Amino acid sequence: MTSQLWAKISPWQRWRERMVVRGLAFTAMVSIFTTAAIIFILGEESFQFFTQVSVKEFFFTTTWAPLFEPRFFGIWPLINGTLIIAVGSIVFSLPVGLGIAIYTSEYATGWWQKVLKPVLEILAGIPSVVYGFFALTEVTPFLQKIFPNIEVFNALSASIVIAIMILPTIASICDDSLRAIPKAVRDGAYALGTRKSEVTLHIVVPAALSGILASFILAFSRAIGETMAVTLAAGATPQLTLNPLVGVQAMTAYIAQVSLGDVAHGTVEYQSIFAVGLVLFVMTLGMNLLSQFIVKRYARKYE
Amino acid sequence: MNPIDGTLDSQSNPAAVAGNTQPEPVIRNPLFQNPIARRVLKERIFYGAILAATVLALGFLFYLLFSIGSQGWEHLSWDFFTNFPSRFPRKAGFKSAIYGTAWLGGLTLFFSVSLGVGAALYLQELSNRNRFTNWIEISIATLAGVPSIIYGMLGLGIFVRFMGLGRSVLAGALTLSLLIIPVIIIASREALKSVPDNMRMAAFALGATKWQTVRDHVLPAAVPGIATGVILAMARAMGEAAPLILLGALTYVAFVPESPMDSFTAMPIQIFNWTSRPQEAFHNLASTGIIVLLGFLMICNSLAIVIRMRWGRKP
Repeated sequence: MTSQLWAKISPWQRWRERMVVRGLAFTAMVSIFTTAAIIFILGEESFQFFTQVSVKEFFFTTTWAPLFEPRFFGIWPLINGTLIIAVGSIVFSLPVGLGIAIYTSEYATGWWQKVLKPVLEILAGIPSVVYGFFALTEVTPFLQKIFPNIEVFNALSASIVIAIMILPTIASICDDSLRAIPKAVRDGAYALGTRKSEVTLHIVVPAALSGILASFILAFSRAIGETMAVTLAAGATPQLTLNPLVGVQAMTAYIAQVSLGDVAHGTVEYQSIFAVGLVLFVMTLGMNLLSQFIVKRYARKYE
Repeated sequence: MNPIDGTLDSQSNPAAVAGNTQPEPVIRNPLFQNPIARRVLKERIFYGAILAATVLALGFLFYLLFSIGSQGWEHLSWDFFTNFPSRFPRKAGFKSAIYGTAWLGGLTLFFSVSLGVGAALYLQELSNRNRFTNWIEISIATLAGVPSIIYGMLGLGIFVRFMGLGRSVLAGALTLSLLIIPVIIIASREALKSVPDNMRMAAFALGATKWQTVRDHVLPAAVPGIATGVILAMARAMGEAAPLILLGALTYVAFVPESPMDSFTAMPIQIFNWTSRPQEAFHNLASTGIIVLLGFLMICNSLAIVIRMRWGRKP
């Protein structure tokens, strides 16, 4: 009499098991397909675009007027628009975000600390179209009181709402990297007679610098890819300017503008959004790789 | 306050040092040559600054919610939920957007959970590290940072044109699924990672195969964590407007989608449409729409919090 416990796995069962694993491996491959498809689609349509518009014109001229004759395809005004908004938002959100992270990780205690983080995370969960609405109906009227000659669509308003939007990203990554510094490091500093703010500023923050830098780059890349708030608040006038009080057009806003209109498949306007998309993709990808590299290379290990 | 927060009097108080018979203080770090009053002042200013940063962020959050609430409150009536959008702000409603988002949500949930959780199971439980899984990991890390509007272009290229699905709910749902699959994979892997190894060992010891172990023991134990991640990812997808605009989701839809192939609008698209009009009345409608959308997202988020508190694993 043999016990069933010792029965061998039947070939049928073995086959079934293998099929399940293969099926799941296929679902995992979806990510590879998606990445490949993004690169293929952006590359293919951009290639079509560059058969009609020279690479030289695209990268080395400075007028962007693709929708009306005579057409100009110099991408710099769009890059300028994207960067002025993204840099502006980082200038606002980096000090505030780092301050919040220091407060939640070093100073806040008890239930207050437990409640604070999820409440601030709500800011990250609000859809970007809501921030666009807020920029247009609250932030811009407020700015008009301070700067009477500000345009209705302006880069500053978009910067401010994007700064609020990316605050939780910066705060939560900085908070994690500050918490990762072991207590012994702080205690060592206290034993030498330093005060709490001195420990934080001179010991803990420098030790967590790699994480802080990574959060900064990640937030910057999110600000670059942000679409709805930029489309609603910053307007649709591509121009080379450093003045945040006038309207600019960001790369994402241009893509959205073209797809809101009725642009036929195969025209040069249609293909231009893919060329702009490719530039956007390369920029954000570069930033994300850089932040991953910084975390891997410079993160200190405390055991 | 921390008991070791303060400093030793003999080190930092110049009077104490001066009164001492030994002539020189031992420590020469410039940090310690500040008079104590100035260091305390600096501490206070620093604390004030970080507290101000936190209060500023909280203030923004509450002001945003308050201003939208007060603007949109008056339109929030039953008619708003049952009317279709209209040229006349008085008669305009949110019905097609709510139905569109419901359709999108259902389909996106189906695709993203089956593909995302499947991939997480494979990567975390059923595969060994090799070149193949390495490639998958690299592409997941890449995809997690791609802006949502690029996913819209992907959907336009693959689902709308190449597969010929047109500007349908199905194309929209597939695009949103691709957008949140990396998020779901990462969250599910974390949940699977937190299942203790004893559970797997016990199942193996009783003769279970790998898949039986995962299916009957590991996966059920990880369900609360996975569900939390899925709900948060879904909340993100339902608030996205950019990819749907790229796909060509219509902004004026006076019907309810009846099959996955119908064209559609969604809550964020309708809000965008109302916001981009110049008239004040449409802005008020937009804020009413935002109340509905945020209410829906808040319900999702609190569901996630409840699941985490009720079934979550204590670290």
